[in-house]
Amino acid sequence: MSDLVIQIVDLTREYLMGEERVQALKGVSLEIARNEYVAIMGPSGSGKSTMMNMLGCLDTPTSGEYWLNGQEVSRMPDDALARVRNREIGFVFQTFNLLPRASALQNVELPLVYAGVSSRERRDRARGALERVGLGNRMDHKPNELSGGQRQRVAIARALVNEPSILLADEPTGNLDSATSADVMRVFDRLQTQGQTIVVVTHEADIAAHAARVVTLKDGLVASDARQEQVPAA
Amino acid sequence: MPFFEAVRMAFNTLWTQKLKSFFSLIGVLIGVTFLIAVVSIVQGMTVYMEKEFAERLVGLNTFQLRRMSDFNMGNVTDEMWKEWMRRPRINNGDAQFIQTKLGTPALFSRSCDERGLVTVGNRSAKDIQLSVVDAPYFQIKNYAFTSGRPFTPQESRAGAAVAVIGAEVAEKLFPGLDPLGRSATIGTLPYRVIGIIEKQGTLFGMSMDKFILMPYDSPARRQACSLANMDELHVKSPSVDLMTTAVGRTEELMRIRHRLRPNQENNFAIQTAAGALSGWKKISAILFAALPGLVAISLVVGGIVIMNIMLMAVSERTREIGIRKALGAKRRDILAQFIIESATISTVGALFGIGLGIGLAYLVKALTPLPAAVAPWSIGVGVFLGVAVGMIAGVYPASRASRLDPIQALRTE
Repeated sequence: MSDLVIQIVDLTREYLMGEERVQALKGVSLEIARNEYVAIMGPSGSGKSTMMNMLGCLDTPTSGEYWLNGQEVSRMPDDALARVRNREIGFVFQTFNLLPRASALQNVELPLVYAGVSSRERRDRARGALERVGLGNRMDHKPNELSGGQRQRVAIARALVNEPSILLADEPTGNLDSATSADVMRVFDRLQTQGQTIVVVTHEADIAAHAARVVTLKDGLVASDARQEQVPAA
Repeated sequence: MPFFEAVRMAFNTLWTQKLKSFFSLIGVLIGVTFLIAVVSIVQGMTVYMEKEFAERLVGLNTFQLRRMSDFNMGNVTDEMWKEWMRRPRINNGDAQFIQTKLGTPALFSRSCDERGLVTVGNRSAKDIQLSVVDAPYFQIKNYAFTSGRPFTPQESRAGAAVAVIGAEVAEKLFPGLDPLGRSATIGTLPYRVIGIIEKQGTLFGMSMDKFILMPYDSPARRQACSLANMDELHVKSPSVDLMTTAVGRTEELMRIRHRLRPNQENNFAIQTAAGALSGWKKISAILFAALPGLVAISLVVGGIVIMNIMLMAVSERTREIGIRKALGAKRRDILAQFIIESATISTVGALFGIGLGIGLAYLVKALTPLPAAVAPWSIGVGVFLGVAVGMIAGVYPASRASRLDPIQALRTE
């Protein structure tokens, strides 16, 4: 496939830990095409989280290039990165990261607020996104009035509402029981069949099993990059 | 971030943390309350002084020629007092001179005052103002009669023992009776009551109805003034302009009478309504000069409180800031959010302060004889100060929030 969403070339990221220079990524190259479903795996300390922050444009590399949807984001200043996060990336976090005092609808509207969408259109699009994840009847609930699975689905709706280039999920089922996990993964599977590019960062093999491709990181380098038979959610 | 969204969020925060919000508001609230209340009371006082005090005590288009001024606000030093006591009194010759040489139309009345006891049968009233005046005095003071009449020119000339009494004197000495034609003992002599003057009300809580007026040449004068001297000469002109001319002319005439050289100060006083106000003007000027300082102190304290509350809010909501940044909030979105939130809190404080200040002004009005008039400009200033203090206090916390690293922020619990 030539239609690349993500193109990473020899990416490194160093941190200064006191006196010591720590290399979290030591030269990672990776290409992800449109509508791919990629799992990024690796033990803790493998550079997985750094990779996630890089992919999500929350952090910039020490060296190397990161092209996202045709723009080089590796050298962008803060505000430009904020704009890219807003337009190109839909985050799904392990801890959901919903605003506790806002309703489901308001949470989903949030990326549209920063995109400068008018309030009426915001509401319509947020409703649509919530309906897509099956929460059309929970829009006015606050996060603490929703179950874990429902909260994660609100987060997915929020990630999708700006029609991002990639859906970036960080341990999306880490805080969920297995039944709800399966539920959330089914949503991911369905989104992929609808054309969404998905990147899941996880250390759980059965979550990675949903992806068509598994990239394993080890000590800041790509240890393996393999395509696999997708295991659909039960 | 749309402005309205940020304001709505600020109200959410205020509402969910009512107690904390109250304490964060209190500095600005007190500052603005103080501003509104003081301005209202001072303004009310000014209106009162102009309308009531000056016009009723001195009279409209009227001035009084006296040995020394009897409205002295501020410090009177011993030196000044000694100088005043050395001055010659105003005498009949002066009055005659002015009356013939003034050159503008005017009403004149001499007057002498004292305070004393009045008895009717076995009733008595103490501390009544006993004045002897000329017949035009009633016109000068614009007195209306409940019943009876002023002195006739004949009674005036003859110094007849007749009296016109104030409403409170009538009530006290003649309860349930018509005082007209009855007699009251003033000093040792009986006076016949020929008129009762309409109720004048109070001034600073003092009754304006405890007086008795008698003809200038009646026997009572001998108790109040010596020989040809008087306490004051009242002069009323038909208009403000004519009064101004009359004041100037009277000053010239008196300087001639007293043979003052050009470099000598006046050794008499001409008292006008405006002059009576000058003391008050001085006091209100001092109050208005001190007010900004006092308001500024509470606003600075209020601003610091708000800044601290906002710093606390920023650290409590670090994760929220991380989420917002991850979802695409730019630095200036976060900056605007917290500045608007801070300004909203402070403005709410200012609005409560305005309400409280107006309430306080009306409370003072209800409980004391002081009037209160809320000045619209002070409300405008109050709102402006609320917004400004909040914005300034919000800048530092907001810039801290806007500089947070989204990765770190998302990691905090």
